[in-house]
Amino acid sequence: MATTDMKTTVRPEGAGAPAASSGRPKEPKPAGTPKAARSHLARRIRENLIAYAFLGAGLVVFAAFSWYPIVRGWLLGFQQVTFAQPAQWVGLDNFRRLFDDPLFVTAWQNTAWFTALALVFGFAAPLATAVVLNEFRSARGYLRMTVYLPVMLPPIVTMLLWRWFYDPGPGLFNSALEALHLPAQQWLESENLAMVSLVLVSTWANMGTTTLIYLAALGGIPGQLYEAAELDGASIRQRLWHVTLPQMRFILMITLLLQVLGTMQVFIEPYILTGGGPNDATVTVLLLLFRYAFVYSDFGLASAMSMVLFVVLGLFSLVYLRLTRSKG
Amino acid sequence: MTFTSGFGARRRAGIALVGAMALGLTACGGSSSGEGAGKDGVVTLVVNDMPPKTQPLDRKIFEADVKAFEKANPKIDIDPREGQMDPKTFAAKLAGGQLEDVYYVYFTDPAGLIERRQGADITPYMKDIPYLDKIRPEFLDVFKGKDGKVYGLPNGQYSLGLVYNRDLFEKAGLDPDKPPTTWDEVRSAAKKISDLGDGTVGYAEYSKNNQGGWHLTSWIYSMGGDVAVKDGSNGKWQSAVDSDAARNALRMLHDMRWTDDSMGSRQLLEIPDVQKMMGAGKLGMYMAGPDNVPTIVKQFERQYKEYGVGALPGQATLGGGNGFMFNPKATPEKIKAGLKWLQFKYLNPDRTEFNDKRVISNDVPVGLPLDRLYTDDVQAKVDAVHAKYANVPTENFKPFTERNGGLEQKVEPPNAQQIYTVLDGVMQSVLTKKDADIDQLLKDASKKVDALLATVK
Repeated sequence: MATTDMKTTVRPEGAGAPAASSGRPKEPKPAGTPKAARSHLARRIRENLIAYAFLGAGLVVFAAFSWYPIVRGWLLGFQQVTFAQPAQWVGLDNFRRLFDDPLFVTAWQNTAWFTALALVFGFAAPLATAVVLNEFRSARGYLRMTVYLPVMLPPIVTMLLWRWFYDPGPGLFNSALEALHLPAQQWLESENLAMVSLVLVSTWANMGTTTLIYLAALGGIPGQLYEAAELDGASIRQRLWHVTLPQMRFILMITLLLQVLGTMQVFIEPYILTGGGPNDATVTVLLLLFRYAFVYSDFGLASAMSMVLFVVLGLFSLVYLRLTRSKG
Repeated sequence: MTFTSGFGARRRAGIALVGAMALGLTACGGSSSGEGAGKDGVVTLVVNDMPPKTQPLDRKIFEADVKAFEKANPKIDIDPREGQMDPKTFAAKLAGGQLEDVYYVYFTDPAGLIERRQGADITPYMKDIPYLDKIRPEFLDVFKGKDGKVYGLPNGQYSLGLVYNRDLFEKAGLDPDKPPTTWDEVRSAAKKISDLGDGTVGYAEYSKNNQGGWHLTSWIYSMGGDVAVKDGSNGKWQSAVDSDAARNALRMLHDMRWTDDSMGSRQLLEIPDVQKMMGAGKLGMYMAGPDNVPTIVKQFERQYKEYGVGALPGQATLGGGNGFMFNPKATPEKIKAGLKWLQFKYLNPDRTEFNDKRVISNDVPVGLPLDRLYTDDVQAKVDAVHAKYANVPTENFKPFTERNGGLEQKVEPPNAQQIYTVLDGVMQSVLTKKDADIDQLLKDASKKVDALLATVK
């Protein structure tokens, strides 16, 4: 049987000839021959048609709504566009104008400052919260929900809520300070304090998710490690330092990377709360990009800025992954 | 067997779903403009500015006007859309072929839109349309390009003045019929009002999202200065920000904020914040056009008699307004139809009485000192009709109408939004830093404004 098949299928003209298979018993053909392989492939495609269709649709959607805009965005960086006339190629002109804008440096400095502050508050706060929550034996669900609640609020509601907290007159924070006989603060109106205030909002609004991730990671640390450490007489601090943190190292590394990538793209906090003020103290890269595109209608400049941001974040990710991998 | 048929059904459903998604994608590319008249000679005109369903009365009036217009012009089919010009979505709509044939703009928009050729030239089609030659030239200028051609029409206009709370004026011992006419008077009135306590603010000012820069420009105008001037010799624009007028404006703001403490401690305000303060009865005065009064009355359920409007102190004021422009891809047929629609709906002195009559019974304000678009002969007739049907206390706006005509009405500088960003920073510094160095701020701002003006062609 196998020999006959070989004989019929080695003939080039016989390839795919329907007569060759007619009248054959319907038993499965042995694999390995080209014809069998072909029909096997055809059957696999037939069986997985839905999967391929979904994959294809996914690829089309991705290509249309992700890849095409990315490529288009990169092209726009080298063009001047009005959308009414054909786009004009301007070479590196958009980048020249971008680097000439005095706010370009300010925006990067502010963004770096926000990211640094966000690491201090935003990286430590969820970790500490997770470690503390993990120690609770009762009301765990309630506490977790409380920590996660701000994430569920629409960002605009969070911002408006905090704007009232920060109101220098009857706001919550200044009322509290007043009750404690402490001087009132210009939370958003002071150049020195405005960015810190934005980081506090951002941390409050976003730490719930990271806390839950840390809680899950903490739950995965084998209990016997702590038992062994306790037997060896390790203090709470030592157990945290020598057991908890090393066990969570991978998760911490990933969240750090994600957090830096996220905080470098801060937008909604300065957009709603300060508009970039006072005196440009909270103009961030994305806020400036937004102004270029949607206030000045300069899409070339905005695309150039987004390319710079992409390159910076890409380089950061690369260096970070290389460093952490070599250490691992 | 069941498995097989189930599998087949699933497969069919899956393929149908994928097909539907693909169809959905192709449907995204639909286009609204471009073609001229249809086979039967009917022009379909896509317009915006239709009020949303949440404003049922305005919507009803708009729909009635569409019907009346279509009846009078059977060859024009109006396809109305909600919304107005939003810089955030404009470029996407234009690029995607979804921009209306006739679209609503604010006076801040046309200069940039014309420069980027995002509007159609309507000059050749204007001559046969009634009343278009009766529009005051300074408002038509807003829609003129550097080539002298016209790219749109105004339909609303205001001048910045001083909106004030009459009750607070009385409580502070001020005469609500005589609002301040100089900035010194504004300062002393603001002090008296803020002295009422209980969180009352005497005078509030914007300082966020370019609105601070916009108002600072008006302050500088009123002090007799300018933001940008054209050099007569070479025709190039240059900054006029570093001037005594700007210094006086900032000094006045600084003193009200820090010496008198009459501007409240919360800054980085924008329009809705200040309107909320006014609506809550916690604000004495702020710089705004008379069009702000109906917004406050409507949003915060107040009454017209509680508010007064005065003209802006000083020598000049910044004018603003709104109008319509045309899709750059609109065909001549569409432009002609669009002009007919705009004249019928928005620039129609003959329908003033009809319009006033149908709205006064519904608490729509008639008699506000707004939209004085026409040359004197026509405007006088329109004013007379409004006066007949006025349902707001017009005497409260007298301080505005009496003085505003004598003020120089100035327009915005070129590259206005970029310049406003720079001036926003200056306004913020003065209102948030007690030791702000005004001379240095103006020097720095002037350099930045010069750099921005260097790009004006």
